[in-house]
Amino acid sequence: MTFLHVLMASLVVSMFLCLYRVMAGPTPADRTVSVDILGVLMVGFCAVLTAMTGRDVYMIVGVSWSLLSFVATLALAKHLEGRSFDD
Amino acid sequence: MSSVILRTATRLLLPLLLVFSAFILLRGHNEPGGGFIGGLLSAGALSAYALAWGPAEARRVLRVDPRTLLGAGLLCVCAAAFAGIAAGREVLTGLWAPFEVPGLGKVSTVLLFDLGVHLGVVGATLSILFNLGED
Repeated sequence: MTFLHVLMASLVVSMFLCLYRVMAGPTPADRTVSVDILGVLMVGFCAVLTAMTGRDVYMIVGVSWSLLSFVATLALAKHLEGRSFDD
Repeated sequence: MSSVILRTATRLLLPLLLVFSAFILLRGHNEPGGGFIGGLLSAGALSAYALAWGPAEARRVLRVDPRTLLGAGLLCVCAAAFAGIAAGREVLTGLWAPFEVPGLGKVSTVLLFDLGVHLGVVGATLSILFNLGED
């Protein structure tokens, strides 16, 4: 039971809390924000996996995820504001 | 009209993501990665750009029609498939060039096939996205 295992377990617990908020969130804005936080937690999970296994594949997954995770939030925020795609 | 922060950020992120997708395309021979994932990264970068600037501006940045990219990708895949026949082997046989290209290593028809998949994924995704966003 190393430090990394504790880190990974706490990330998984946070992910389940986020998933609960996605299911229960009263407004669509809550769900959007929690999906965004889920992406951030996933990047952290990839970083912990890189430290545990030493393979750089997970780090590349984390980098691409962090570069692209804002697109879904962006589109949903635009939709929630009631604007069209080309506005 | 989108915010200045969003527009500046997407303009800076677009070249970064395109370089990253080329990196994923090139490393995807023996390791995770490849044409499909690289193409999805490029399409994601351009869709973020289209969300911030509008599909018309994203089309102008892309310079070619997405359907042209789709056709070019299919052409690359067909060329890689029939290169085996032209060399007297079976269809889709991987052929490696005898020389090394600086920065790429040994180029092959497998790389050409992956490049075709990359272009096809970018073209298909972006033509769907732009056509959905523009009506």
